[in-house]
Amino acid sequence: MNSQGERWTTDQVLALAPDEASRTAGGKLAGPGPWSDAGAGDGAVWGRCTGRGKTPYQAVIDTKGPAFSCSCPSRKFPCKHALGLLLLWAGGGDAVAAGEPPQWAAEWLAARQQRDGRDAAGSTPSPAPAEPEAAGRRAERRTQRIRAGATELEQRLEDLLHSGLASTDGAGYGSWDETAARMVDAQAPGLAARVRELGSIVASGPDWPARLLEECALLHLLDQGFLGIDHLPAPLAATVRTRVGLTTEPAALLTGLDATPVRDRWLVLAQHDSDDGRLASRRIYLRGDRTGRMALHLSYGGAHRPLEPALPPGLVLDAELAYYPGARPLRAALGKRHAPAAPGPVPPGCGIDAALAAYGDALRHDPWLDSWPVVLTDVTPIPGVDGEGWQLADADGESALPLDPRCLDRPGRWQLAAISGGAPITVFGECGHRGFLPLTVWDPSPVSL
Amino acid sequence: MKPTEPPTTADTLTTDPLTTGTAPPASTPPPADTPPWPELVSAALLGAERRTPPTAGRGGPTGAAGLLDAAALSTVRRRAALRPAPAGERPRRAPDDPRPPLPPAARRRLSLLLADRGGTGGSRRGTAPDLTELLPQWLTAAGEHGYRAPEALLPALLDAARGRTDLRPAALALAGPRARWLARLNDDWKFALRGIGGDPGAAGADTAENPEALQRLWDEGLFAERIAVLAALRRRTPDAGRELLSRTWQAERAEDRLMFLDALRQGLSPADEAFLEQALSDRSRNVRATAAELLSALPGSALATRMAVRARSCVALDRTATPSASDAPAAPSTPTIVVEAPHECDAGMQRDGVVAKAPSGRGERSWWFGQLVEAAPLGGWAERFGGREPAAITALPVADGRRTELHDAWCRAAVRQRDAPWARALLGTPAAPLQGAETGAGGSSRDPAKLLAVLPEPERAQWVAEFIAAHGLADAFRMLGVCAVPWAEPLGGAVVDALDIARDAGSYPWSFSGVMGLAERCLDPAAADRLEMLTAVTDEPEGASPGSGGYWSEAFQRLVGTLRLRATMHAELAASARLVAPSGADRLSGAATGAAG
Repeated sequence: MNSQGERWTTDQVLALAPDEASRTAGGKLAGPGPWSDAGAGDGAVWGRCTGRGKTPYQAVIDTKGPAFSCSCPSRKFPCKHALGLLLLWAGGGDAVAAGEPPQWAAEWLAARQQRDGRDAAGSTPSPAPAEPEAAGRRAERRTQRIRAGATELEQRLEDLLHSGLASTDGAGYGSWDETAARMVDAQAPGLAARVRELGSIVASGPDWPARLLEECALLHLLDQGFLGIDHLPAPLAATVRTRVGLTTEPAALLTGLDATPVRDRWLVLAQHDSDDGRLASRRIYLRGDRTGRMALHLSYGGAHRPLEPALPPGLVLDAELAYYPGARPLRAALGKRHAPAAPGPVPPGCGIDAALAAYGDALRHDPWLDSWPVVLTDVTPIPGVDGEGWQLADADGESALPLDPRCLDRPGRWQLAAISGGAPITVFGECGHRGFLPLTVWDPSPVSL
Repeated sequence: MKPTEPPTTADTLTTDPLTTGTAPPASTPPPADTPPWPELVSAALLGAERRTPPTAGRGGPTGAAGLLDAAALSTVRRRAALRPAPAGERPRRAPDDPRPPLPPAARRRLSLLLADRGGTGGSRRGTAPDLTELLPQWLTAAGEHGYRAPEALLPALLDAARGRTDLRPAALALAGPRARWLARLNDDWKFALRGIGGDPGAAGADTAENPEALQRLWDEGLFAERIAVLAALRRRTPDAGRELLSRTWQAERAEDRLMFLDALRQGLSPADEAFLEQALSDRSRNVRATAAELLSALPGSALATRMAVRARSCVALDRTATPSASDAPAAPSTPTIVVEAPHECDAGMQRDGVVAKAPSGRGERSWWFGQLVEAAPLGGWAERFGGREPAAITALPVADGRRTELHDAWCRAAVRQRDAPWARALLGTPAAPLQGAETGAGGSSRDPAKLLAVLPEPERAQWVAEFIAAHGLADAFRMLGVCAVPWAEPLGGAVVDALDIARDAGSYPWSFSGVMGLAERCLDPAAADRLEMLTAVTDEPEGASPGSGGYWSEAFQRLVGTLRLRATMHAELAASARLVAPSGADRLSGAATGAAG
């Protein structure tokens, strides 16, 4: 702590990097060489970076957000300049001096503060529609559209089962995309995503008919759930609505009338970014120290829209979380933070049997869950032969979990083996019907896989 | 796991006819029996229109809808009732690595250096440092501090070493026993077990303390493993290495004999002479030649003595001769070297490694003569030339225009015998190096870099600095390559001055990219402050290449950035050495402080 506010650690900064390339590029800019007019103060860091062009890029970071601004054309967020500047700042030294922001930085910071103030003060006006009746009519129209979409989809599935899955072999792809587009028209993005998934299963390796039948059946379950939603208990109905693609405003969760935020010391278990080309998403898993509850914070980003917040594994937040409604709440919105994030301990966990039981138990409430987050304690990675057959086994006893095949093309599994060295370790990941997908391992500081 | 699982939401959703409007009860008993999953899959594959699904006649929807209901139920139940798999064979524990872990900043640095592998490497443009080139330096420095690599970075470290053989010795030494444990599990990393590249940390070291294991590896190992064993042994106890080799010598294949013999270069001493002398009669010509070369590097060996006798019989000092009528009329009594090349290459010469057949374009007598002088001990020439010092000998004129030929052979001898006085004399002054080479422009094979490598390090740096001051950077690349890192003053200053002059001359910086790259890796980081002044974009001088000023500024920025980064790197490794456990640092502290600059 100093007059500049809380100085970040280098690890914290590196965890903000959207990908490995930015991390490296930022690291290269983390020397005083290219920087001029660099300074920090009052929760902000700023500086000009001389690149190849004539005009230096101007980078400003609001460390309270965090939020970033840079005059460079990069689509990465934060860009390498912001990362480099933060690394320079985090490294200490006098290259980033305490001071008052220059005008170009102050303008952006002021605009941001103003916006924040509006958000904080005005979160009630926006969700409360000017014309509640009109909003109600809009919601009703959308429900009708989705009902129509679900009915159509049911017909499509029954037709498929009527003529047989074998008939979709090869010819099925185009028509699934078409159906997915129909679901987008029906304003049911959740259904559309599942339909697209079906298209990719057809003829996709061994056992595809079984996998296709599973997914068709779960989609059918979802259709039926939505068509009969009036008769479902409220939590399950909320799960169905979310799965179909109806979203809940996070602001309403945190400040609404029936908001029930959970305050706890939340340990960040994993932060995992993915980018499907159209949309960048970030999944942050948290575990409550007092409640023992798991939570998932999802955020989406895109060009010039940062993935926020950035929470490196291992930090503890004394904060309020509000769970999205559902039969098995997991996703949560991050509310008020009561203290700055601090380094946390290695989380307690369970064994293999308990992990599978946890997934099974979660499925009782939300049958569409592909996995459930669990911390495994005292498990030993057993490397497979030729990349296949990797397992995590209880330190003693005969139980083992296969690793999710999706992690077999990533280097993370070798990190798992290297850190273990044949000895038991603590691993966090998603335990599901495809196996265990490791996300973080403790050595004993957290290592993202 | 529970043998029978409780009812799930899927039960409520599928078994309750939602359309009838009855609210689903909180818990519904599971349906009597759902058809087995494989039956459902085959029914779904065929289609309800071809075969009535097994779900028919159970109440509720039939046909396709019934099949979907049953499949949903079965899917969720199977997923909810997943059982653990039987555990496979657990890997044995990795051996402990007692070395201290890297300090956090150094650990992050390594992770950045490894992440940059192959990314922007090789680009000589832009202002950002090229991390790829800093990795070897980082690894060497970390090794000198006696750290172990962080486990989480071992896969990346092994991948890096896999792609770049030059990194292997340092990377594997840092990675230690945990990396070798890991490499046994992944075929991509098998190289780590072979110990190629003379890695003292690999196969050789594992067996070093265990003579039986060593003998077994020598007797049964793969060729590469055996080479590693021999090399490791030669480093520690050269005699034991030779004895190990001589026991199986007769049974080795010719190619292997050649490589094993070559490994004796390490730790070569007069004690090896008997073995080498015997190898002079080897069946393989290449083995014979290598044995002769090694023997000639031992000035006291019998072979060296024989060669000295032969060489001396070809060279005489004529105290009366006039080098040439016009050359030195004023000094008719200047002693002059007269060369009389041998007339034949007899069996004895051939046995001692003289190659009889000259390469095309080379007279065979001159060819034989060159080989004799190269293999003859340089120390013997003083006596031949009236007790003169090497510098005086090399200053003597040579009759019949054979100066280049004779001096070239002496240069090769000085390199082979690592004779510093002779190397110094042959190099000449930096302002006018290698006198005699220019007179014999027709094919001098002298390489100043090789001669420099024979000189002590400070003298090397001094010589190259003066050479650069006199001649610029154009021919300095290879000479710079043999200077110790970081460049000692005045060498660093000379290089910076020369770069400054090159900029003022108006050429583009990439004409000097080789030297720039070397400077990034080898300049003392303390030079950064001086270089900082050069990063300003200057007015381009008259006749400069367009835009060169900006590119020079960029190139200097990059150089400064890299130097600063190197200083930081070393500080990250060194500063912490004082803080962390002294266990590993004791032995290495001397080396560490030496390298930290």
